[in-house]
Amino acid sequence: MIVEAGQLALTFAFALSLLLAIVPLYGSFTANQRMLLLAKPLALGQFLFCLLAMLALIYAFRTNDFTVVNVAQNSSSTLPWYYQITASFGSHEGSMLLWVLMLAGWTALVAQFSRALPLLLLGRILGILGVICVGFIAFSLFMSNPFERSLPFFPVEGRDLNPLLQDFGMIMHPPTLYMGYVGFAVAFAFAIAALMGGRFDSVWARWVRPWALAAWLFLTLGIMLGSWWAYNELGWGGWWFWDPVENASFMPWLAGTALIHSLAVTEKRGTFKSWTVLLALAAFALSLVGAFLVRSGVLVSVHSFATDPGRGMYLLVFLLLVVGGSLLLYGMRMNSVRSQARYQLFSREMMLWGNNIFLLTACLIVFLGTLFPLFHKELGLGSISIGEPFFNQMFYYLTIPFALMLGLGPWVRWKQQQFTPLVKPLGLVAVAALVLALGVLASMQSVQANLALLGMLLGAWVGVSALAEVMLRMRQFGSVTQGMTKLNASHYGMTLAHIGFAVLVIGVAMTKTYTEERDVRMQEGDTATLAGYQFTLVDVYDLDGPNYGGQAAELDVRKDGRYVTHLHAEKRFYRIQRTIMTEAAVHARLSRDLYVSLGEELPGDAWALRIQVKPFVRWIWLGGLLMSLGALLALADKRYRRKTPPAIRQEVANA
Amino acid sequence: MQPRRQKRLFAILLVIGLLTGAVAAMLYALQQNIDLFYTPSQLVDGLGKDKVKPQVGQRLRIGGMVVAGSVKRDPESLKVSFDLVDTGPLVTVIYEGILPDLFREGQGIVAQGVLQDATTIKASEVLAKHDEEYMPPEVAEALKGIRHVPPSQQQPASGSY
Repeated sequence: MIVEAGQLALTFAFALSLLLAIVPLYGSFTANQRMLLLAKPLALGQFLFCLLAMLALIYAFRTNDFTVVNVAQNSSSTLPWYYQITASFGSHEGSMLLWVLMLAGWTALVAQFSRALPLLLLGRILGILGVICVGFIAFSLFMSNPFERSLPFFPVEGRDLNPLLQDFGMIMHPPTLYMGYVGFAVAFAFAIAALMGGRFDSVWARWVRPWALAAWLFLTLGIMLGSWWAYNELGWGGWWFWDPVENASFMPWLAGTALIHSLAVTEKRGTFKSWTVLLALAAFALSLVGAFLVRSGVLVSVHSFATDPGRGMYLLVFLLLVVGGSLLLYGMRMNSVRSQARYQLFSREMMLWGNNIFLLTACLIVFLGTLFPLFHKELGLGSISIGEPFFNQMFYYLTIPFALMLGLGPWVRWKQQQFTPLVKPLGLVAVAALVLALGVLASMQSVQANLALLGMLLGAWVGVSALAEVMLRMRQFGSVTQGMTKLNASHYGMTLAHIGFAVLVIGVAMTKTYTEERDVRMQEGDTATLAGYQFTLVDVYDLDGPNYGGQAAELDVRKDGRYVTHLHAEKRFYRIQRTIMTEAAVHARLSRDLYVSLGEELPGDAWALRIQVKPFVRWIWLGGLLMSLGALLALADKRYRRKTPPAIRQEVANA
Repeated sequence: MQPRRQKRLFAILLVIGLLTGAVAAMLYALQQNIDLFYTPSQLVDGLGKDKVKPQVGQRLRIGGMVVAGSVKRDPESLKVSFDLVDTGPLVTVIYEGILPDLFREGQGIVAQGVLQDATTIKASEVLAKHDEEYMPPEVAEALKGIRHVPPSQQQPASGSY
């Protein structure tokens, strides 16, 4: 019953989304206020029904209703209750429903929190979000129905959740990532609505900015969680593989980062208008490309869902319609938009423009690197793979000028900046960065490693510069204590996010350079030494979990004879899916991780073990976390909640 | 020129310069990092119409099914060797390290490595997808016509061979 109710709720949501896509938009062109006023209740109702559908699916998973195909294939009665809930979005169908729920959620949020927006604009924005909702709810309903039953023949036990997905990271990763992906739909809808009305100015930019920031926050957090999950769960201690699906999430992130920077220029200076709009379109289009790549099966990856050409074709057509339609509108409307503001070559505008160029170049590289093998194969030139070395090399080239510019950017003023006043403070920053970088490396007793030195220098340059800049701004208000309260929350947000980037760069460079790794053959009692740590295999015994068996290894770690920690690594065998999973043992400290994974059993009572010492690897995720916190801080800025002055409201309403 | 035009010219030149640089760097990096994919029979007979065979020392990827009974381990270290097959001849892969969790005889895998001699590859990485029914798509294509029975559908009686 409940399952049918869920199906019905999804159908109702589809009907509401159809109304939402038609009524307010029609009303906006016929100046029908009643129709425009309908947008908000429609958006809220649509969200409510999507939520009911999701709850019904979770109910089916919790009650082990194996007559539902989705439940039978992705859950089992032995699965712990919290994984039964997360299994509801572990499959293609379930994750699509989650995607739809998030989209409806963002739409409802826009409807609820945009009282300051003129009715006409709000109606259009919600209408466009409605159009996108129609596309995805229809996909969920007709192409990948999560409520499908397999009556009258159904299994007595489910096939269990893919063991890879049975991890805390998996509970958090997809919802946050989807919130980010789908969040860019809001910026997209704002851009399209503005294109319809033909009005772009700093007020418009101030309205979009918090939404773009919020989407970027979730996407950053989601990617970071995904990386952390892969590190813990894939068992070989990597944190980024340049896997096509990772790239699919990285592309909208790069475009989104460019967007939030470009929006700053549009808000503060009223320029870069057409550019900002294009970025808002691109960020969402790339989210759709990501959805297509992951769900169509054109690319093979660890993360991709089972392949189905029909679904891929639907998403491709939807993607082309959205991209084609928005670009057409853009081409028709954009030549009438002029940016008047003037600025010199050395100015904040140019620095942010440079930031955008680098981010988009990076995006292009990821795009081509991901899709090139596909074209190569389609052209009949044979199958190829483009792996890590390519991306690493390209990002190595890109990060250096990008980070140098990032250290300089916040110091430069809008419109025009003389070079001489910056020489002294930036000289001090450079010296401080040099001392810091060499100091850290000297304390680790190795200065010769090139990548680590470069990474430390760039990281310290960006970090010290961000700190020094915020101190300078505070002092401009009189004293530091006075300035602390006067500075905008968004300024602190920027500084924190830039420090996050510095931390990330340092983490990547140090981990890449100083990671030590060994695959060893060990018997009980054997000791292996790596990077000064002695790993002793104490015991290996059989495991007995709720839905898995396998072996566990206990290790003691000593350094210079002193006891450091005890490690517990598992090799699980999931009975129903008959798969083996490595649960690595990780001992984490800010300066290093000890990472041990248990490999296969070897002849002669021995075991293969992979031992790794990874300095500074925590800094990578810490950097991502700081960036998201920065975005959160920027969101808290008072000016996004200020009521629009009535004069402007009237003006916009007439536009 | 007016400062405005000068600025615009500079901006355009900068974009073109950056794009050229990026594309050039990319092509250079691609040249070094493209790895062609072979199946065992393609490796032995050559690839495509011209029957291009890989040269010794070339980096490549190979994908095939692990031949049952061919996995040999060194008792003292983690050295291991196994044979791969698709439709024709066998190719030997040697590797030192931990094999992926899903590495099993009869399972489809992909190995990345360097060609040591005509039929031997020294692998630096062995990949098996986290899906027991997985076969590299290229192998699936080469095996077209030969039915692959996923382990989950095999009867216990017939699964013992």
